[in-house]
Amino acid sequence: MNAIVKNTGQSEFESTVCHITASSDGPVIEIKDFNLWYGKAQALFNVTMNIEKGLVTALIGPSGCGKSTLLRSLNRMNDLIENLTIAGGMHLEGLPIYGPKVDVIGLRKRMGMVFQKPNPFPKSIYENVIYPLRVDGVRDRTVLAEACERALKGSALWDEVKDRLDDNALGLSGGQQQRLCIARAIASDPEVLLMDEPCSALDPIATSKIEELIDELKGHYTIVIVTHNMQQAARVSQNTAFMYLGRLIEYGDTEEIFTSPKLSRTQDYVTGRFG
Amino acid sequence: MKSGETMEAVAVKPTTGAITARRSYESSLSARGEPFLWGLGGALGFGVLLVVGFLVLVFWNGITTFWPKPIEVVTLLSGELVAGEPTRREAFKVGPERLASLPEAAKARIIADDHIARRVLLRTGNFDLYNDDYRWIEDYKIEKVETPSNLFFIERQEWGAFVGRIKSLSKDGAVISGDELTYAFLSSEQQEARQRFRAIKAIEKGEIGEVNFELNQERLKIRKAVLQHGEGAPETKRVEAEVEQAALAMKVRFEALALKSQEIKSQDSKILVTLADITGTEKVTPLSQIVRFYPANDLSLLDKVGIYLSRWSEFLTDDPREANTEGGVLPAIFGTFVMTLLMVVVVAPFGVVTALYLREYAKQGRLVSIVRISVNNLAGVPSIVYGVFGLGFFAYILGGSIDALFYPERLPNPTFGTGGLLWSALTLALLTVPVVIVATEEALAAVPKSMREGSLACGASKWQTIKNIVLPRAMPGIMTGLILAMARGAGEVAPLMLVGVVKLAPELPVDGFWPFVHLERSFMHLGFHIFDVGFQSRNSEAGKPMVFVTTLLLIALIALMNASAVIIRNRLKRKFMVGHF
Repeated sequence: MNAIVKNTGQSEFESTVCHITASSDGPVIEIKDFNLWYGKAQALFNVTMNIEKGLVTALIGPSGCGKSTLLRSLNRMNDLIENLTIAGGMHLEGLPIYGPKVDVIGLRKRMGMVFQKPNPFPKSIYENVIYPLRVDGVRDRTVLAEACERALKGSALWDEVKDRLDDNALGLSGGQQQRLCIARAIASDPEVLLMDEPCSALDPIATSKIEELIDELKGHYTIVIVTHNMQQAARVSQNTAFMYLGRLIEYGDTEEIFTSPKLSRTQDYVTGRFG
Repeated sequence: MKSGETMEAVAVKPTTGAITARRSYESSLSARGEPFLWGLGGALGFGVLLVVGFLVLVFWNGITTFWPKPIEVVTLLSGELVAGEPTRREAFKVGPERLASLPEAAKARIIADDHIARRVLLRTGNFDLYNDDYRWIEDYKIEKVETPSNLFFIERQEWGAFVGRIKSLSKDGAVISGDELTYAFLSSEQQEARQRFRAIKAIEKGEIGEVNFELNQERLKIRKAVLQHGEGAPETKRVEAEVEQAALAMKVRFEALALKSQEIKSQDSKILVTLADITGTEKVTPLSQIVRFYPANDLSLLDKVGIYLSRWSEFLTDDPREANTEGGVLPAIFGTFVMTLLMVVVVAPFGVVTALYLREYAKQGRLVSIVRISVNNLAGVPSIVYGVFGLGFFAYILGGSIDALFYPERLPNPTFGTGGLLWSALTLALLTVPVVIVATEEALAAVPKSMREGSLACGASKWQTIKNIVLPRAMPGIMTGLILAMARGAGEVAPLMLVGVVKLAPELPVDGFWPFVHLERSFMHLGFHIFDVGFQSRNSEAGKPMVFVTTLLLIALIALMNASAVIIRNRLKRKFMVGHF
């Protein structure tokens, strides 16, 4: 069910060509005319897109096109940056993400995040995984142990670390560390999983494990993944958004984006003619 | 081909003569940087040499001070006899006037030696007889030097050392002398006498001190009642009656104790020992006044080791005597340790909290920059200025207010309104807080951003992130700052002289009287002890060995405290700094 909507606009830079696979549950995040400035430099221009529930959405585009900025805007990680201005709206299941009374901490609890470089805390594996529960004040040991096991199984790390949960997490390999970070992100059972180039620091084997993992996690979680690797986007995602110079150029079904994009610029990028 | 340089270049890279070689392919000496390397290495070597030289000097002098030396008896050409421990030998230039007064033979020898003669410094002791502890003996005055046996080195409770023979012991009227007076017999008698001495001290300082303390507390109750209810008020009268009752009971206790100590004292005064110096001048003293005595020239190696160890144990565990130049330094060790610990306890949270606010919460702007610069400049303020501030603000203003509020009955005697342990620790905390703030800020800044983001993305609040992730990770760096602060604080003397360190404070800041820790008390400090013994005592020569031993001890104490902090830090480091990949 591909709906082709061409936004009214003057050029391909001003509007988004949209032909996504819609989820049966509808969108989980609705972004409407979102603009963002770092100081005086505008980084995002009128981004409008819906992120469909239970599907994997890939954000692709050349470096500096604003895909990481967009992703980090979703759980307000950009709040840490000074001199940041935003305009436009984002809603997480109806809740305005940038609303005046929104609880940022509560919002982040609903969206797990995995970063470019694995960033486990200098604590034991166990403590790393249950960290989101710890900060929620959960003390019950059985609850924590269950959550730890569930999250580690969910991130396909359980069999490798079940005998050494008390070891320091920094002793794991890079791929294991990244899967640990995914376990940490899903431990408190969020609705959305944001992944910012999760495989860019990993070798091909670790990358394929993470990709398998993403495949298993979809459906249960809505996943937004930023990637530079177009094959990866093609392999794991159902919808792909192509961004360029801070604008969302084309947003559509992954297969169509990679085989028959509507815009020549998208075609150029996905075929490697530029970017 | 203009110069040798181009010739060389040509030789290295054969080119045709037509092309002028513009570039040398051999790097010059300065380009390789070797002269700089030698300079850097030399600077390091020089620094290491200075430090090692200093440590060796202190260590060697400190470690050998307590080793028993033989006693030399020098017969001078004039027929005079001098006995003492040789302390130091040196060569010196004989002036023309002195040379003219010498006999011909000696004169000829000195002239042949380029006007250089040698002399030895003898520790003669017997200050009460000679008015001096040390005497220089020039070698041209000496007829012969002997080390006869049965010559004793005697350390006394008062008047310093005595060098000479033990003539006789009078015990309850009976005089023991000659062959009956063996070393073993003397030793056992002296042990008993020392036990009596300690018993007297325990009664006078301990038990009678306790009664006096309680009596004073009772008197203060009256003052308090007077201040509260006014003179002649019924409540005051009631308190007065109560205090009188209690004082009566205490008087009885006091008298019983005084009687007991008097008894031991009279017993003690019946055992006298007669000492004689090398010329035969006699001196009678109670046996209990002798701390330690040994026949200096008849000692086996084992005896010497025993004396050496007993002197060290006295040094580490006893109170000072003889204007601090002898005895122990326990109060100073204790004072230094407690003060430094207290300082760290104050400075650690204060500095860390300040740095946390500056780095994590404050909006980085001009104001924060000014604060940061001011903090850094605080580290450069001379420490005596902190001392003046500590005395003026902490002792007089803060302490004065505390006295007025909580101890009005003790005025005009100050309780907190004068220098003391607490004010010293606070002054040093102020002195060292910039170090902690700077180190903590650096450590906080070094925590990777990815870790903060990871924590925030998990739904942790900013404070939870700081508490769970940032602070533990920054802890090794913070510990480094604390170590630096501790090292600086423990070695600081100048400000302490104004805010609480004294020459002699036999009362430790921690004792058995409520509230057990007396932060208002003045205390002794090893650094000040060095200054006092070395430069304020009646005889700097007598204080010199103590200066070295005390310096050694102070260095050892600081090294010990730092080492424990370093061990803790490294343990933390191992925990948090495992390699990333």
